[in-house]
Amino acid sequence: MGLIGKIRSVGRVAEPAPEGPAQPLPAAAALGGSAQVRHVDAGSCNGCEIEIGQAFSPVYDAERHGARLVASPRHADVLTVTGPVTVNMAGPLRKTYEAMPEPRLVVAVGDCARDCGMFAGGYGVLGPVSDVVPVDAQVPGCPPEPAAIVAALRGVTGR
Amino acid sequence: MIPWLLAAGQAVLVMLVAPLLIGLMRAVRARLEGRAGGRVLQPWRELRKQLRKEPLIPADAGAFFTAAPAVLVATSVLVAAVAPFLSTRGPLSGVADLVVVVGLLLLGAVALALAGLDTGTAFGGMGASREMIIAALVEPTLLLAVFALSTRVGSTDLGAIVAAGATRPAEVFTPASALAAAALALATLAEAGRLPVDNPATHLELTMVHEAMVLEYAGRDLALVEWAAAMRLTILLGLLANLFIPWGVATDPHPGALAVAAGVFVVKLAALGCLVAAGEVFLAKLRLFRVPELLAGSFVLGLLAVVASSVLA
Repeated sequence: MGLIGKIRSVGRVAEPAPEGPAQPLPAAAALGGSAQVRHVDAGSCNGCEIEIGQAFSPVYDAERHGARLVASPRHADVLTVTGPVTVNMAGPLRKTYEAMPEPRLVVAVGDCARDCGMFAGGYGVLGPVSDVVPVDAQVPGCPPEPAAIVAALRGVTGR
Repeated sequence: MIPWLLAAGQAVLVMLVAPLLIGLMRAVRARLEGRAGGRVLQPWRELRKQLRKEPLIPADAGAFFTAAPAVLVATSVLVAAVAPFLSTRGPLSGVADLVVVVGLLLLGAVALALAGLDTGTAFGGMGASREMIIAALVEPTLLLAVFALSTRVGSTDLGAIVAAGATRPAEVFTPASALAAAALALATLAEAGRLPVDNPATHLELTMVHEAMVLEYAGRDLALVEWAAAMRLTILLGLLANLFIPWGVATDPHPGALAVAAGVFVVKLAALGCLVAAGEVFLAKLRLFRVPELLAGSFVLGLLAVVASSVLA
Protein backbone atom coordinates (compact mmCIF):
# COMPACT_ATOMS: atom_id res chain seq x y z
CA MET A 1 0.00 0.00 0.00
CA GLY A 2 1.67 3.19 -1.23
CA LEU A 3 -0.29 5.60 0.91
CA ILE A 4 0.29 3.73 4.20
CA GLY A 5 4.02 3.64 3.52
CA LYS A 6 3.95 7.35 2.68
CA ILE A 7 2.09 8.21 5.90
CA ARG A 8 4.64 6.21 7.90
CA SER A 9 7.73 7.61 6.18
CA VAL A 10 6.59 11.26 6.21
CA GLY A 11 5.28 11.26 9.78
CA ARG A 12 4.46 14.66 11.21
CA VAL A 13 5.42 17.62 9.03
CA ALA A 14 3.92 20.35 11.25
CA GLU A 15 6.64 22.61 12.57
CA PRO A 16 6.80 23.10 16.36
CA ALA A 17 4.52 25.98 17.29
CA PRO A 18 6.24 29.12 18.62
CA GLU A 19 5.34 30.47 22.07
CA GLY A 20 1.77 31.68 22.66
CA PRO A 21 0.29 34.79 21.05
CA ALA A 22 2.14 38.04 21.82
CA GLN A 23 -0.94 40.11 22.60
CA PRO A 24 -4.38 38.50 22.28
CA LEU A 25 -6.98 40.94 20.98
CA PRO A 26 -9.48 42.15 23.61
CA ALA A 27 -12.30 40.68 21.49
CA ALA A 28 -10.65 37.25 21.62
CA ALA A 29 -12.17 36.54 25.04
CA ALA A 30 -15.68 36.35 23.54
CA LEU A 31 -14.55 33.66 21.08
CA GLY A 32 -13.29 31.32 23.79
CA GLY A 33 -10.35 29.79 21.91
CA SER A 34 -12.06 29.05 18.61
CA ALA A 35 -12.27 31.16 15.46
CA GLN A 36 -14.10 30.26 12.27
CA VAL A 37 -12.46 32.17 9.44
CA ARG A 38 -14.09 33.37 6.23
CA HIS A 39 -11.78 34.76 3.55
CA VAL A 40 -12.62 37.49 1.03
CA ASP A 41 -10.31 38.45 -1.81
CA ALA A 42 -11.20 42.12 -2.34
CA GLY A 43 -8.87 42.57 -5.31
CA SER A 44 -5.53 41.01 -4.42
CA CYS A 45 -2.95 39.58 -6.80
CA ASN A 46 -3.49 36.14 -5.10
CA GLY A 47 -0.04 36.22 -3.50
CA CYS A 48 -1.64 36.59 -0.07
CA GLU A 49 -4.13 33.79 -0.89
CA ILE A 50 -1.24 31.40 -1.48
CA GLU A 51 0.24 32.36 1.91
CA ILE A 52 -3.15 31.97 3.65
CA GLY A 53 -3.44 28.54 2.05
CA GLN A 54 -0.02 27.74 3.46
CA ALA A 55 -1.04 28.97 6.93
CA PHE A 56 -3.67 26.20 6.99
CA SER A 57 -1.35 23.63 5.40
CA PRO A 58 0.20 20.73 7.36
CA VAL A 59 3.45 22.69 7.92
CA TYR A 60 2.03 25.79 9.66
CA ASP A 61 -1.29 24.18 10.68
CA ALA A 62 -3.36 27.09 12.02
CA GLU A 63 -6.03 24.55 12.99
CA ARG A 64 -4.07 23.45 16.06
CA HIS A 65 -4.57 26.98 17.47
CA GLY A 66 -8.34 26.79 17.05
CA ALA A 67 -8.74 28.57 13.69
CA ARG A 68 -10.74 26.87 10.95
CA LEU A 69 -11.74 28.04 7.46
CA VAL A 70 -15.48 27.87 6.84
CA ALA A 71 -17.63 28.08 3.73
CA SER A 72 -20.12 30.75 4.77
CA PRO A 73 -19.87 34.20 6.41
CA ARG A 74 -22.83 33.15 8.59
CA HIS A 75 -20.59 30.56 10.25
CA ALA A 76 -17.63 32.91 10.65
CA ASP A 77 -16.27 34.99 13.52
CA VAL A 78 -13.26 36.33 11.65
CA LEU A 79 -13.11 37.84 8.18
CA THR A 80 -9.70 37.85 6.52
CA VAL A 81 -9.49 40.36 3.66
CA THR A 82 -6.67 40.67 1.14
CA GLY A 83 -5.89 43.19 -1.58
CA PRO A 84 -6.77 46.83 -2.09
CA VAL A 85 -10.56 47.03 -2.14
CA THR A 86 -11.55 47.47 -5.78
CA VAL A 87 -14.64 49.38 -6.82
CA ASN A 88 -16.39 46.18 -7.83
CA MET A 89 -15.53 44.26 -4.64
CA ALA A 90 -16.49 46.98 -2.13
CA GLY A 91 -20.17 45.94 -2.20
CA PRO A 92 -19.58 42.18 -1.81
CA LEU A 93 -17.07 42.87 1.01
CA ARG A 94 -19.58 45.04 2.86
CA LYS A 95 -22.33 42.41 2.35
CA THR A 96 -20.06 39.64 3.62
CA TYR A 97 -19.29 41.67 6.74
CA GLU A 98 -22.98 42.37 7.32
CA ALA A 99 -23.85 38.67 6.90
CA MET A 100 -21.59 37.75 9.85
CA PRO A 101 -23.17 37.40 13.30
CA GLU A 102 -21.83 39.55 16.17
CA PRO A 103 -19.18 39.47 17.62
CA ARG A 104 -17.18 39.69 14.38
CA LEU A 105 -13.58 40.63 13.67
CA VAL A 106 -11.77 41.71 10.51
CA VAL A 107 -8.11 40.88 9.82
CA ALA A 108 -6.52 42.79 6.93
CA VAL A 109 -3.86 40.52 5.42
CA GLY A 110 -1.00 42.01 3.39
CA ASP A 111 0.29 45.49 2.57
CA CYS A 112 -2.41 46.12 -0.06
CA ALA A 113 -5.19 45.54 2.47
CA ARG A 114 -3.51 48.00 4.87
CA ASP A 115 -2.65 50.90 2.54
CA CYS A 116 -3.30 49.71 -1.06
CA GLY A 117 0.44 48.92 -1.45
CA MET A 118 1.71 49.22 -5.00
CA PHE A 119 -1.84 49.57 -6.34
CA ALA A 120 -2.50 52.86 -4.52
CA GLY A 121 -4.07 55.41 -6.85
CA GLY A 122 -5.14 52.81 -9.45
CA TYR A 123 -8.29 53.72 -11.35
CA GLY A 124 -10.14 50.60 -10.15
CA VAL A 125 -8.99 50.90 -6.53
CA LEU A 126 -11.41 52.31 -3.97
CA GLY A 127 -9.07 52.30 -0.96
CA PRO A 128 -7.69 50.16 1.86
CA VAL A 129 -9.93 47.70 3.72
CA SER A 130 -10.40 50.06 6.68
CA ASP A 131 -12.27 52.46 4.36
CA VAL A 132 -14.99 49.85 3.79
CA VAL A 133 -15.24 47.75 6.99
CA PRO A 134 -13.73 48.30 10.48
CA VAL A 135 -10.40 46.49 10.79
CA ASP A 136 -9.37 44.84 14.09
CA ALA A 137 -5.95 43.45 13.19
CA GLN A 138 -3.43 43.84 10.40
CA VAL A 139 -0.75 41.57 8.98
CA PRO A 140 2.02 43.52 7.19
CA GLY A 141 4.04 42.01 4.35
CA CYS A 142 3.96 41.67 0.57
CA PRO A 143 3.01 38.87 0.81
CA PRO A 144 3.08 38.19 4.59
CA GLU A 145 4.71 34.94 5.67
CA PRO A 146 2.37 32.12 6.69
CA ALA A 147 3.87 32.30 10.20
CA ALA A 148 2.79 35.97 10.45
CA ILE A 149 -0.76 35.06 9.37
CA VAL A 150 -0.85 32.22 11.91
CA ALA A 151 0.41 34.64 14.59
CA ALA A 152 -2.41 37.10 13.76
CA LEU A 153 -4.99 34.31 13.94
CA ARG A 154 -3.55 33.20 17.28
CA GLY A 155 -4.11 36.73 18.50
CA VAL A 156 -7.79 36.20 17.67
CA THR A 157 -8.16 32.73 19.17
CA GLY A 158 -5.95 33.61 22.14
CA ARG A 159 -4.13 30.25 21.97
CA MET B 1 -39.01 5.57 37.17
CA ILE B 2 -35.54 4.03 36.80
CA PRO B 3 -35.90 3.33 33.05
CA TRP B 4 -36.79 7.00 32.50
CA LEU B 5 -33.75 8.17 34.48
CA LEU B 6 -31.67 5.73 32.50
CA ALA B 7 -33.01 7.11 29.21
CA ALA B 8 -32.24 10.67 30.32
CA GLY B 9 -28.73 9.66 31.35
CA GLN B 10 -28.19 7.95 28.02
CA ALA B 11 -29.34 11.07 26.14
CA VAL B 12 -27.00 13.26 28.20
CA LEU B 13 -24.11 10.86 27.56
CA VAL B 14 -24.70 10.98 23.79
CA MET B 15 -25.02 14.80 23.89
CA LEU B 16 -21.72 15.09 25.77
CA VAL B 17 -19.82 12.51 23.74
CA ALA B 18 -20.97 13.50 20.23
CA PRO B 19 -18.75 16.63 19.84
CA LEU B 20 -15.82 14.73 21.36
CA LEU B 21 -16.28 12.00 18.74
CA ILE B 22 -16.05 14.65 15.99
CA GLY B 23 -12.92 16.07 17.68
CA LEU B 24 -11.36 12.61 17.89
CA MET B 25 -12.09 11.89 14.22
CA ARG B 26 -10.56 15.24 13.19
CA ALA B 27 -7.50 14.50 15.35
CA VAL B 28 -6.99 11.06 13.78
CA ARG B 29 -7.32 12.52 10.31
CA ALA B 30 -4.89 15.34 11.14
CA ARG B 31 -2.36 12.87 12.50
CA LEU B 32 -2.51 10.77 9.31
CA GLU B 33 -2.14 13.90 7.16
CA GLY B 34 1.03 14.88 9.04
CA ARG B 35 -0.63 17.84 10.77
CA ALA B 36 -0.62 18.53 14.49
CA GLY B 37 -4.39 19.12 14.45
CA GLY B 38 -6.76 20.66 16.98
CA ARG B 39 -7.56 19.31 20.42
CA VAL B 40 -10.29 16.72 20.90
CA LEU B 41 -12.20 19.35 22.92
CA GLN B 42 -12.16 21.86 20.03
CA PRO B 43 -15.69 21.05 18.73
CA TRP B 44 -17.00 21.76 22.25
CA ARG B 45 -15.20 25.11 22.20
CA GLU B 46 -16.84 25.92 18.87
CA LEU B 47 -20.28 24.90 20.14
CA ARG B 48 -19.90 26.95 23.32
CA LYS B 49 -18.90 30.01 21.34
CA GLN B 50 -21.65 29.64 18.73
CA LEU B 51 -24.30 29.14 21.43
CA ARG B 52 -23.34 32.59 22.74
CA LYS B 53 -23.49 34.28 19.33
CA GLU B 54 -26.60 35.93 17.90
CA PRO B 55 -28.60 33.86 15.39
CA LEU B 56 -29.25 35.67 12.11
CA ILE B 57 -32.42 34.88 10.15
CA PRO B 58 -32.27 35.62 6.39
CA ALA B 59 -34.92 38.07 5.17
CA ASP B 60 -36.72 35.48 3.01
CA ALA B 61 -36.68 32.61 5.50
CA GLY B 62 -39.90 31.41 7.13
CA ALA B 63 -41.07 29.10 9.89
CA PHE B 64 -39.31 25.99 8.55
CA PHE B 65 -35.93 27.69 8.83
CA THR B 66 -36.42 28.73 12.44
CA ALA B 67 -38.02 25.43 13.50
CA ALA B 68 -35.56 23.03 11.85
CA PRO B 69 -32.71 23.24 14.44
CA ALA B 70 -35.15 22.51 17.28
CA VAL B 71 -36.76 19.59 15.38
CA LEU B 72 -33.35 18.19 14.48
CA VAL B 73 -32.08 18.34 18.07
CA ALA B 74 -35.36 17.02 19.50
CA THR B 75 -35.44 13.97 17.22
CA SER B 76 -31.74 13.26 17.84
CA VAL B 77 -32.11 13.52 21.63
CA LEU B 78 -35.21 11.31 21.55
CA VAL B 79 -33.44 8.60 19.55
CA ALA B 80 -30.40 8.92 21.83
CA ALA B 81 -32.69 8.36 24.83
CA VAL B 82 -34.63 5.34 23.56
CA ALA B 83 -32.04 3.41 21.52
CA PRO B 84 -30.37 0.49 23.35
CA PHE B 85 -26.95 2.05 23.97
CA LEU B 86 -26.43 1.34 27.69
CA SER B 87 -29.33 -0.89 28.63
CA THR B 88 -31.56 -3.11 26.53
CA ARG B 89 -34.60 -2.18 28.61
CA GLY B 90 -35.65 1.37 27.80
CA PRO B 91 -38.74 3.13 29.16
CA LEU B 92 -40.48 2.85 25.79
CA SER B 93 -39.43 -0.63 24.68
CA GLY B 94 -42.21 -1.96 22.50
CA VAL B 95 -42.92 1.54 21.18
CA ALA B 96 -39.46 2.78 20.29
CA ASP B 97 -38.59 0.08 17.80
CA LEU B 98 -36.55 0.09 14.62
CA VAL B 99 -39.24 1.75 12.48
CA VAL B 100 -39.67 4.60 14.97
CA VAL B 101 -35.91 5.20 15.23
CA VAL B 102 -35.46 5.30 11.45
CA GLY B 103 -38.57 7.48 11.15
CA LEU B 104 -37.25 9.97 13.72
CA LEU B 105 -33.90 10.18 11.94
CA LEU B 106 -35.75 10.77 8.65
CA LEU B 107 -37.93 13.44 10.29
CA GLY B 108 -34.79 15.35 11.28
CA ALA B 109 -33.35 15.01 7.77
CA VAL B 110 -36.60 16.24 6.17
CA ALA B 111 -36.78 19.19 8.59
CA LEU B 112 -33.29 20.28 7.59
CA ALA B 113 -34.02 19.79 3.88
CA LEU B 114 -37.15 21.99 4.18
CA ALA B 115 -35.04 24.59 6.01
CA GLY B 116 -32.54 24.50 3.15
CA LEU B 117 -35.36 25.14 0.67
CA ASP B 118 -36.88 27.79 2.93
CA THR B 119 -33.89 30.13 2.65
CA GLY B 120 -34.61 30.56 -1.06
CA THR B 121 -30.92 30.37 -1.99
CA ALA B 122 -29.65 28.24 -4.85
CA PHE B 123 -27.24 26.22 -2.69
CA GLY B 124 -29.84 25.53 0.01
CA GLY B 125 -32.23 24.04 -2.53
CA MET B 126 -29.46 22.08 -4.20
CA GLY B 127 -28.32 20.59 -0.91
CA ALA B 128 -31.91 19.76 0.04
CA SER B 129 -32.59 17.91 -3.22
CA ARG B 130 -29.35 15.94 -2.87
CA GLU B 131 -30.08 15.10 0.77
CA MET B 132 -33.50 13.77 -0.22
CA ILE B 133 -32.03 11.60 -3.02
CA ILE B 134 -29.61 10.10 -0.50
CA ALA B 135 -32.22 9.75 2.24
CA ALA B 136 -34.64 7.97 -0.12
CA LEU B 137 -31.96 5.37 -0.83
CA VAL B 138 -30.53 5.11 2.69
CA GLU B 139 -33.65 4.72 4.83
CA PRO B 140 -34.82 1.46 3.15
CA THR B 141 -31.30 0.07 3.58
CA LEU B 142 -31.28 0.97 7.28
CA LEU B 143 -34.65 -0.76 7.71
CA LEU B 144 -33.70 -3.85 5.68
CA ALA B 145 -30.34 -4.34 7.39
CA VAL B 146 -31.94 -4.38 10.82
CA PHE B 147 -34.91 -6.49 9.61
CA ALA B 148 -32.33 -9.17 8.80
CA LEU B 149 -31.37 -9.18 12.47
CA SER B 150 -34.95 -8.95 13.72
CA THR B 151 -36.12 -12.13 11.93
CA ARG B 152 -33.74 -14.06 14.21
CA VAL B 153 -35.30 -12.50 17.30
CA GLY B 154 -38.88 -12.24 16.08
CA SER B 155 -39.20 -8.58 17.04
CA THR B 156 -38.33 -5.21 15.53
CA ASP B 157 -37.54 -3.88 19.00
CA LEU B 158 -33.90 -2.77 18.94
CA GLY B 159 -33.49 -3.56 22.65
CA ALA B 160 -34.67 -7.15 22.09
CA ILE B 161 -32.26 -7.58 19.16
CA VAL B 162 -29.31 -6.29 21.17
CA ALA B 163 -30.33 -8.37 24.21
CA ALA B 164 -30.51 -11.52 22.08
CA GLY B 165 -27.05 -10.78 20.71
CA ALA B 166 -25.64 -10.11 24.17
CA THR B 167 -27.03 -13.31 25.69
CA ARG B 168 -26.44 -15.63 22.68
CA PRO B 169 -23.20 -14.35 21.11
CA ALA B 170 -22.92 -17.32 18.72
CA GLU B 171 -25.87 -15.97 16.75
CA VAL B 172 -24.10 -12.70 16.00
CA PHE B 173 -21.60 -14.39 13.70
CA THR B 174 -23.80 -15.54 10.84
CA PRO B 175 -23.58 -14.81 7.11
CA ALA B 176 -26.76 -12.75 7.42
CA SER B 177 -25.18 -10.64 10.16
CA ALA B 178 -22.07 -10.00 8.09
CA LEU B 179 -24.15 -8.87 5.10
CA ALA B 180 -26.37 -6.71 7.32
CA ALA B 181 -23.31 -5.16 8.98
CA ALA B 182 -21.85 -4.20 5.59
CA ALA B 183 -25.18 -2.73 4.47
CA LEU B 184 -25.66 -0.81 7.71
CA ALA B 185 -22.09 0.52 7.66
CA LEU B 186 -22.54 1.97 4.16
CA ALA B 187 -25.93 3.40 5.11
CA THR B 188 -24.40 4.94 8.25
CA LEU B 189 -21.69 6.71 6.27
CA ALA B 190 -24.26 8.08 3.81
CA GLU B 191 -26.80 9.10 6.46
CA ALA B 192 -24.17 10.83 8.61
CA GLY B 193 -22.74 12.70 5.62
CA ARG B 194 -19.26 11.18 5.66
CA LEU B 195 -16.95 10.26 2.78
CA PRO B 196 -17.40 8.87 0.14
CA VAL B 197 -20.96 10.25 -0.04
CA ASP B 198 -20.45 13.74 1.41
CA ASN B 199 -17.32 15.56 2.55
CA PRO B 200 -17.83 17.23 5.94
CA ALA B 201 -14.73 19.44 5.47
CA THR B 202 -15.53 20.80 2.02
CA HIS B 203 -15.58 24.50 1.12
CA LEU B 204 -16.78 23.91 -2.45
CA GLU B 205 -20.48 24.76 -2.58
CA LEU B 206 -20.95 22.66 -5.73
CA THR B 207 -19.96 19.43 -3.96
CA MET B 208 -21.82 20.05 -0.69
CA VAL B 209 -24.78 18.08 0.58
CA HIS B 210 -25.22 18.65 4.34
CA GLU B 211 -23.15 21.87 4.42
CA ALA B 212 -25.15 23.41 1.56
CA MET B 213 -28.37 23.19 3.59
CA VAL B 214 -26.85 24.85 6.67
CA LEU B 215 -24.94 27.65 4.88
CA GLU B 216 -27.45 30.26 6.12
CA TYR B 217 -27.48 29.22 9.78
CA ALA B 218 -25.57 31.39 12.25
CA GLY B 219 -24.87 31.56 15.96
CA ARG B 220 -27.13 29.53 18.24
CA ASP B 221 -29.07 27.90 15.37
CA LEU B 222 -25.83 26.76 13.73
CA ALA B 223 -24.62 25.33 17.04
CA LEU B 224 -27.85 23.30 17.39
CA VAL B 225 -27.61 21.99 13.81
CA GLU B 226 -23.94 21.02 14.19
CA TRP B 227 -24.58 19.44 17.58
CA ALA B 228 -27.49 17.43 16.20
CA ALA B 229 -25.40 16.31 13.23
CA ALA B 230 -22.70 15.09 15.62
CA MET B 231 -25.37 13.30 17.70
CA ARG B 232 -26.77 11.58 14.59
CA LEU B 233 -23.30 10.27 13.74
CA THR B 234 -22.90 9.07 17.33
CA ILE B 235 -26.33 7.41 17.28
CA LEU B 236 -25.69 5.60 13.99
CA LEU B 237 -22.21 4.43 15.02
CA GLY B 238 -23.61 3.43 18.43
CA LEU B 239 -26.36 1.36 16.78
CA LEU B 240 -23.81 -0.24 14.46
CA ALA B 241 -21.60 -1.06 17.46
CA ASN B 242 -24.36 -2.44 19.68
CA LEU B 243 -26.14 -4.46 16.99
CA PHE B 244 -23.01 -6.24 15.76
CA ILE B 245 -20.70 -6.07 18.83
CA PRO B 246 -23.38 -6.36 21.52
CA TRP B 247 -21.07 -7.17 24.44
CA GLY B 248 -21.00 -4.93 27.47
CA VAL B 249 -24.59 -3.73 27.10
CA ALA B 250 -26.47 -3.99 30.39
CA THR B 251 -29.41 -6.41 30.23
CA ASP B 252 -30.63 -5.45 33.71
CA PRO B 253 -30.64 -1.92 35.18
CA HIS B 254 -27.97 -2.59 37.82
CA PRO B 255 -25.80 0.51 38.51
CA GLY B 256 -22.51 -1.38 38.19
CA ALA B 257 -23.55 -2.99 34.91
CA LEU B 258 -24.68 0.41 33.61
CA ALA B 259 -21.35 2.05 34.48
CA VAL B 260 -19.51 -0.74 32.67
CA ALA B 261 -21.93 -0.39 29.75
CA ALA B 262 -21.25 3.36 29.52
CA GLY B 263 -17.49 2.78 29.48
CA VAL B 264 -17.73 0.00 26.89
CA PHE B 265 -20.07 2.14 24.75
CA VAL B 266 -17.62 5.07 24.72
CA VAL B 267 -14.71 2.77 23.85
CA LYS B 268 -16.70 1.15 21.02
CA LEU B 269 -17.66 4.59 19.67
CA ALA B 270 -14.05 5.81 19.82
CA ALA B 271 -12.81 2.69 18.01
CA LEU B 272 -15.43 3.00 15.27
CA GLY B 273 -14.76 6.74 14.96
CA CYS B 274 -11.01 6.15 14.55
CA LEU B 275 -11.74 3.46 11.96
CA VAL B 276 -14.03 5.77 9.94
CA ALA B 277 -11.58 8.70 10.16
CA ALA B 278 -8.63 6.53 9.11
CA GLY B 279 -10.65 5.06 6.25
CA GLU B 280 -11.59 8.54 5.04
CA VAL B 281 -7.93 9.41 4.47
CA PHE B 282 -7.84 6.77 1.73
CA LEU B 283 -11.11 7.81 0.08
CA ALA B 284 -12.14 10.53 -2.33
CA LYS B 285 -15.70 11.77 -2.54
CA LEU B 286 -17.78 9.86 -5.06
CA ARG B 287 -19.25 11.74 -7.98
CA LEU B 288 -22.87 12.52 -7.04
CA PHE B 289 -24.27 10.38 -9.86
CA ARG B 290 -22.25 7.39 -8.65
CA VAL B 291 -23.70 7.67 -5.11
CA PRO B 292 -27.00 5.92 -6.05
CA GLU B 293 -24.93 2.98 -7.37
CA LEU B 294 -23.11 2.67 -4.04
CA LEU B 295 -26.35 2.95 -2.08
CA ALA B 296 -28.12 0.49 -4.39
CA GLY B 297 -25.23 -1.88 -3.67
CA SER B 298 -25.74 -1.47 0.06
CA PHE B 299 -29.50 -2.03 -0.42
CA VAL B 300 -28.77 -5.29 -2.25
CA LEU B 301 -26.52 -6.36 0.63
CA GLY B 302 -29.38 -5.61 3.03
CA LEU B 303 -31.81 -7.60 0.87
CA LEU B 304 -29.41 -10.55 0.73
CA ALA B 305 -29.07 -10.34 4.51
CA VAL B 306 -32.85 -10.59 4.93
CA VAL B 307 -33.04 -13.53 2.49
CA ALA B 308 -30.09 -15.27 4.13
CA SER B 309 -31.47 -14.83 7.63
CA SER B 310 -34.90 -16.21 6.68
CA VAL B 311 -33.56 -19.08 4.54
CA LEU B 312 -30.60 -20.15 6.66
CA ALA B 313 -32.31 -19.68 10.02
